[in-house]
Amino acid sequence: MTVATPRELEPQLQEPLQPAGWLRYFSFSLDHKVIGLQYLVCGFFFYLVGGLLAGAIRTELATPLSDFMPRDTYNEVLTLHGTVMIFLWIVPVVNGAFGNYLIPFYVGARDMAFPRLNAVAFWMIPPAGLLLISSYFLAGAAAQSGWTAYPPLSLTTPAAGQIVWILSVLLLGGSSIFGAVNFIATVLKLRRPGLKLMQLPMYCWAMLGTSLLVVLSTPVLAGVLILLSFDIIAHTGFFNPALGGNVVVYQHLFWFYSHPAVYIMVLPAFGLVSEILPVHSRKPLFGYTTMVYSIMAIVFLGLIVWAHHMFTSGTPPWMRLFFTIATSFIAVPTGIKFFNWLATLWGGKIALNSAMLFSCGFILNFVFGGITGITLAQVPFDIHVHDTYYVVGHFHYIVYGGTVFVIFASLYHWYPKFTGRLLNEDLGRLHFVLTFIGFNLCFLPQHWLGLNGMPRRVAEYDPTFSTLNQVSSVGALIMAISTLPLLINVVVTALYGTPAGDNPWNALTPEWLTTSPPPVENWSGEAPLVTEPYGYGQHQPAGPSSHPLTPAA
Amino acid sequence: MQIRTAVTTALAATALIATGMLVGTQVNLLPVDASSNAAAYDSLFKVLFSIGTMLFAGILIVLVYSLVRFRRRAGDGADGPPTEGNLPLEIVWTAIPAVVVLFIGIYSYDIYERMGGMAPLDHDAMHHQASAMIEASVQPAASQAIGEDQASGERLWGGIRPIDGDVLPVDVTAMQFAFIFHYPEGEITSGELHVPLGRPVELRMKALDVIHAFWVPQFRLKQDVIPGQPTVLTFTPTRAGTYPVICAELCGPYHGGMRTSVVVHEPDDYLAWVQANSPAITNT
Repeated sequence: MTVATPRELEPQLQEPLQPAGWLRYFSFSLDHKVIGLQYLVCGFFFYLVGGLLAGAIRTELATPLSDFMPRDTYNEVLTLHGTVMIFLWIVPVVNGAFGNYLIPFYVGARDMAFPRLNAVAFWMIPPAGLLLISSYFLAGAAAQSGWTAYPPLSLTTPAAGQIVWILSVLLLGGSSIFGAVNFIATVLKLRRPGLKLMQLPMYCWAMLGTSLLVVLSTPVLAGVLILLSFDIIAHTGFFNPALGGNVVVYQHLFWFYSHPAVYIMVLPAFGLVSEILPVHSRKPLFGYTTMVYSIMAIVFLGLIVWAHHMFTSGTPPWMRLFFTIATSFIAVPTGIKFFNWLATLWGGKIALNSAMLFSCGFILNFVFGGITGITLAQVPFDIHVHDTYYVVGHFHYIVYGGTVFVIFASLYHWYPKFTGRLLNEDLGRLHFVLTFIGFNLCFLPQHWLGLNGMPRRVAEYDPTFSTLNQVSSVGALIMAISTLPLLINVVVTALYGTPAGDNPWNALTPEWLTTSPPPVENWSGEAPLVTEPYGYGQHQPAGPSSHPLTPAA
Repeated sequence: MQIRTAVTTALAATALIATGMLVGTQVNLLPVDASSNAAAYDSLFKVLFSIGTMLFAGILIVLVYSLVRFRRRAGDGADGPPTEGNLPLEIVWTAIPAVVVLFIGIYSYDIYERMGGMAPLDHDAMHHQASAMIEASVQPAASQAIGEDQASGERLWGGIRPIDGDVLPVDVTAMQFAFIFHYPEGEITSGELHVPLGRPVELRMKALDVIHAFWVPQFRLKQDVIPGQPTVLTFTPTRAGTYPVICAELCGPYHGGMRTSVVVHEPDDYLAWVQANSPAITNT
């Protein structure tokens, strides 16, 4: 091991660059914990923005007529909603926020491998996000062609908004690549001497797999968006059929990133859940080795399934067959993970607190979304429901019911680590109940709407669909209300919450083996060597105090 | 004790399978079926719905049971048993989903073949003709702009295209924000699609501006209409009635309003419609 910790490399730079107190969260801090919380708060801000946009969509769809906003505004709103939620909320938070905060602890390092790159990666996000939002006000019109930006539509909608959208997504993609390079280097090269790969907490494996996907697929998205911008600015003809271009090639290149993007959003969530469940059920993570292999299988399969988004695009029959089979098989490693989580709960001593409620909500929602995903993988099934509300329902079960539920679970689990105070459990349970009911009311009816004839991305629809659309809109309203107990909880608890102590959950993973919040160097002494991050029940006789919380030699 | 566990497991599994099959076959979530594809689709849907119900109900029951049965009692500060894994179990829950997924894949492939989705789309003499007719019917300026080489024939893309015999050809032109249907037999042009019951219809589709998609939920069929790449879609209507034709691909501000109808006539009514609308007959 020849890599020095960043602190050793830059002994005099680390400290002076960090202002004291809350100001450091608005600085170009190199501390991975500060950067992680910067990602989290920035992401949550954009979650509220994306949520307002979702509210506008559900308000428009509360009635069958297009009567709430102009039709082109509606297309701007749905484009911004998708882009903001994916690129500014979910990807930065499950990767950037929790990854930066936790990974150095998990590998026993004092910071990420490239702290400056890390800060650059974060500071690309706020300007890119503000650029994207401001296109609605400054460029005359925001992008109107959906988050997929399919040409030729994206070549014919107002050009300025589309160009700003491309620029913003390129910046966010660049930030994501910088982050991924950093995670790969940190996990592989910055591990504490003596710590083996197969002893790492599962979130490290999830982030390693996710970062490989980011590095392999995001450059393809950057490439195709640059070509699209040439078509718009310089009137080249890559994707313009009038100039001999091919519109389906765009779809192939776009989905080569954007399908793995789903795994970039859910694999880290899988990792976070794998950390939360063992702690609150007081049992080791079931099937560690198969969990690692199933992550890597999902990474591999995730790269070869992209054309299942294009079953109605005129793809040749052999290609439909291949992508149906490949997509269906993702169910196998994904299923392994869910069975292992259930086996982790089985026979444990489960504390059903807010973190666990959201984790179990995640399991139910994701299983549901996974089952509808298997149906969508079947070509003949997909031909009917492609581009309908069935798909909208499906992917919200994956990205909201799956990933966002895990983000909330993680917040309740690690908030004491971030602040030294526990979030209020009553408000947390209220938050869960409202979110769970609102979410299912909002998105479950959409499956029926899609099966029966409601296409996605429409501002108006057949009046026979109005009842279930109203149910869906009420669900969205409950989801909006559910944000209030969370906001109150976070703000009030930060000031007056119950002090948590260093390790309120008696957890064994390394981030809990230091003070809460941790010092700049993460540990006052040497980093502990944790070879059994899930060693619950192995050091009986009982009692939380008997856990090996002191650094092992 | 082991026998009791085995019996309980077997009973639970049987109940689960029965529930799944009951729900999958009895609960109807689909609109009326009006094409030969719809019948095949619905049998696939029932199978997937049954399997999905079994899986979801099974996991829901195990999860809720665990949360109740294994909840932490007040004052219990001890850990659970240090179980780290179980290889036979891992093999079981890898193998069973793999077999189920393989079965679903093969079955849906069979359904897709029955629909005609695996029919070769290579260009042959008939396609040359068909596309030449599309070219002639659609605005010539647009097809020149697309720049296809007519001499070498052009490739047809994707879609479902099985049927031999007495096929009714219809040229479909999609544009912002309408479908136009042109019948080479009789030179009829219409904003609505009219088809006779029981006769296979072949739609040869072109887009003039952006990507659109032709969707009839009651036929369980959809095909993108792609500028620069003619696509084809075949179906046989099996139920008379009027059904919506919906554009399913975001095509601009009025995407939600890009709808028309398909009218499936009894054969005699269809002939009457053709006669009433054919320009050749009205002129003479």
